[in-house]
Amino acid sequence: MSKVMEPGVQSAAPSGQVGRPVKRLESAAKVTGRAEYIHNLELPGMLRAKVVRSTVAHARIRGIDTSAAKALPGVYDVITAEDILKVIPDPYYGPAFHDQPILAIDKVRHVGEPVAVVLATDVHVADQATDLVEVEYEELEPVFHEVEAYKSQTAIVHDVIRPAGTFADLKSLQPRNKTNVAMEYHLRNGDVDAAFAKADYVFEHTFRSQQVNHLPLEPTVTVAQLTDTGNLLIHTSSQSPSFVRIEVARLLGWPENKVRVRTAYLGGGFGAKLYIKLEALVAALALITQRPVRLSLTMEEQFYTITRHAATVTIRTGVTKDGRIVARDCKTWWNGGAYADIGPRVTQKSGFTAAGPYDIEAVSLDSYAVYTNLPPAGALRGFGIPQLVWAYESQADIIARELGMDPLEFRRKNILRNGRPHATGTILEDAGTVEVLEELARKMNWDQPFDRGSGTIRRGRGIAIGVKAAVSPTTSVAFVNLYSDGSCGVYCGTVDMGQGSDTAMAQIAADVLGLRAEDVRIIHPDTEVTPYDMATLGSRSTFHMGNAVRLAAEDAKQKIVAMCAEQTGFDPAALVVRDGGVATPDGSFFTFGAILAKRHGMQAGNVLGVGSYFPYYEKPNPETGMSEHITPYWMVGGTGVEVEVDMETGKVHITRLVTVGDCGKAINPGIVRRQLSGASFMQMGFTLFEEMVFDEGQVVNASMADYKIPGFWDLPDINEVSIVEVPHRNGPFGAKGIGETGSLGLSPAVANAIYDAIGVRIYETPLTPEKVLKALREKQGQGWEDA
Amino acid sequence: MAEYRTIRFRLNGRPVELAVQPHENLVEALRRGFQMYSVRESCGQGLCGCCTVYVNGKAVSGCLYLAALVDGCDVQTAEGLGTLQQLSPVQEAFIECEGFQCGFCTPGMIMMATQLLQENPNPTDEEIKHYMSGNLCRCAAYPEIIAAVHRAAEKLRASKETDAKADQAATVAG
Ligand code: FES
Ligand code: FES
Repeated sequence: MSKVMEPGVQSAAPSGQVGRPVKRLESAAKVTGRAEYIHNLELPGMLRAKVVRSTVAHARIRGIDTSAAKALPGVYDVITAEDILKVIPDPYYGPAFHDQPILAIDKVRHVGEPVAVVLATDVHVADQATDLVEVEYEELEPVFHEVEAYKSQTAIVHDVIRPAGTFADLKSLQPRNKTNVAMEYHLRNGDVDAAFAKADYVFEHTFRSQQVNHLPLEPTVTVAQLTDTGNLLIHTSSQSPSFVRIEVARLLGWPENKVRVRTAYLGGGFGAKLYIKLEALVAALALITQRPVRLSLTMEEQFYTITRHAATVTIRTGVTKDGRIVARDCKTWWNGGAYADIGPRVTQKSGFTAAGPYDIEAVSLDSYAVYTNLPPAGALRGFGIPQLVWAYESQADIIARELGMDPLEFRRKNILRNGRPHATGTILEDAGTVEVLEELARKMNWDQPFDRGSGTIRRGRGIAIGVKAAVSPTTSVAFVNLYSDGSCGVYCGTVDMGQGSDTAMAQIAADVLGLRAEDVRIIHPDTEVTPYDMATLGSRSTFHMGNAVRLAAEDAKQKIVAMCAEQTGFDPAALVVRDGGVATPDGSFFTFGAILAKRHGMQAGNVLGVGSYFPYYEKPNPETGMSEHITPYWMVGGTGVEVEVDMETGKVHITRLVTVGDCGKAINPGIVRRQLSGASFMQMGFTLFEEMVFDEGQVVNASMADYKIPGFWDLPDINEVSIVEVPHRNGPFGAKGIGETGSLGLSPAVANAIYDAIGVRIYETPLTPEKVLKALREKQGQGWEDA
Repeated sequence: MAEYRTIRFRLNGRPVELAVQPHENLVEALRRGFQMYSVRESCGQGLCGCCTVYVNGKAVSGCLYLAALVDGCDVQTAEGLGTLQQLSPVQEAFIECEGFQCGFCTPGMIMMATQLLQENPNPTDEEIKHYMSGNLCRCAAYPEIIAAVHRAAEKLRASKETDAKADQAATVAG
């Protein structure tokens, strides 16, 4: 059963702050425009950097001529890899692999790869000078599609593959040199051939997801400077300051304590600002120039920096006549682009969930992280899971309909229940699989008749449900500080990028300490001040940091109670913490400040609580890919949609959208709802229209004019969110993460609804009018040309 | 190096001056000269609304507006709508309805909503979507933003009624 690495303090029932609909603590700062973002940071004497980017997808660099750029008045310097090598001899970085050079060395591997940097005080001058840098390329054969790259023996993106060995969970995954396979993951559970032999029907389909972009409205920005003693101070819009520090220190061969990384609010992240992005480059520039340097990406540059994996999924499923899934074999190729970023972790973490939320006798899964000559792909709200759910939930509907079963009944029959082993061998615990499915059925009035429209407008409805394993192993540490007057500060490395973590953490600390959440101050991530946190990603913060904050608050509480017990002579067990102080059995009440003042003879001192959380984990067996403890908790999300399809234009309009997610316990119900609906709308963009379009590796629509994201007009007519609470035994007050849950089921739910409306199946996102119309014409036996 | 030219204008009600370059846009000028950080460049193409500023009372995209052109104009930013101590009714409504997540688009949204409510004190959902369609929110707080605009409309109507009553009372008393 579940084990927790750190000694747990039994989670008490919430005392009024947890579950309260507290407004975000930073609300006034945000509506007045005062909220702090690194986007706002300018330093005296600062240089601005502009990046010269590769114009070709795959080439050897024959030479770089910077003389014309250097000659432009106002240009401070032009930096190439040669300069970087002088301060960082081995300048390759990355979370899973050390494969990404700070600036291209000898070779470029994607259009948009940084080749040189121009520095100037005036950003316009720097920008102008980038056009004057001449780079001579000798082009190599490029490869773009993940399946082609997987097979290719001639177009090899990396001659040598360089795993980082950072993550314990990836250590067993071995790369293959002289191929484009960065990493592969295999799971073998049960006798798959025998299980397929038992099946009455076998279905095989291939689904594809396109490459898309995070596009946070605050583009990624980093400012670095040297301190008085020559240490580095990096201000960055990062979701993972601790990781940036570790990685920059590693590159420089410095101890961590010479690198300070801080952040502020992020204007959106969604995975775009994870691990290490601009930081190594800007740190190197600050070291080279000995001046503060700022690099802020343009919207266009965001398309070339990090993206979401395109993926091809071939899924084969064996079912019995009565609709039981008995066997599944699934192969996934992830288009990782030119650098691995966190792709290998996506490959494994998503790879092992391809069996879906279903109870299947035998499962075989293969997942390949493949290098191509496209911009790198990393994590985007769901860590690859939405691409898999797209496949297995589209196929679930296909199978149900072929068997003449209701799609809901088919899912009910196969759903994985608590207490049963997941395909990985980990027993499902405290996961709301059944609850989410049933809530979805109820909200969708699935048992009621449904009007399918007539004439040119046809209506349909569809559902889908997905499951994600929280990424593991990861650590969070927090401090809770009671200051000399008894007011409280929480020091935690969770980055608030809009998900409301400041407020949730304040609620957790306040609940334990008998304070109001509004009176707790959250100290923003700064590695000089806040303790280690793995990163703000993968819906991990509420669970991991929530637990660390809870433990830190419990620790502080215990200490202040002990102090009061000593002062009053009462047994600590008889003392009650409430309203910012301690009540004693004789009816007296001492504020935290009064207790500290009594101890120190004046207003002085601190009470410091420390909390650290590290859930138990067992890495997958290298042979079978299985583990009894693959994840600390499961996230379950379901989506239901009703659509109208225009038979003449192929346009799909979502009339009703129902998003259901299991959050264990809603620490802040309002914020939970916003997370669910925000993820759902974002995924709607990826489902209906967002797509990075390439021509020879160049993004032809790298601007908001040509790459459309959801706006006001894309809202469904009716939007409903339903919170399911199946408490988790190890979650803080039962809570689990929710930030990605809303994104899981949407794509297949829409495709299933389209099928329900007009009887055509689409296997590739986005579900554009062109694709719908083409499929419709084909079904009607008309060629696409006649359309 | 381009020439600087000094321009004079009113910023949130106060006269100011700044030396600007011909190619400098209003976002850069307001941030560089006056730390107006509510004005943000995101898309840089007039498509997202993060850089919304009023020039002579009309909302413009600061990223496409040359700073030199505001010479002699009246310029207002979200900083001029309300303060931490005294929020505007629209700002209050955005808090009450939780009309934001990361907050990056928020000042632009509030500027647009404020202007909408001046022109149309009682907009429908459709009218809100239409008027605000040039403002994007990657966190997709759209339903809450629409709710916030309705809430702000109510607040503004209520305060108008109170004002009208006060005026009436003043007239009677006078
Ligand atoms: S930055 Fe001006 S509209 Fe987007
Ligand atoms: S609140 Fe994040 S972009 Fe709107």
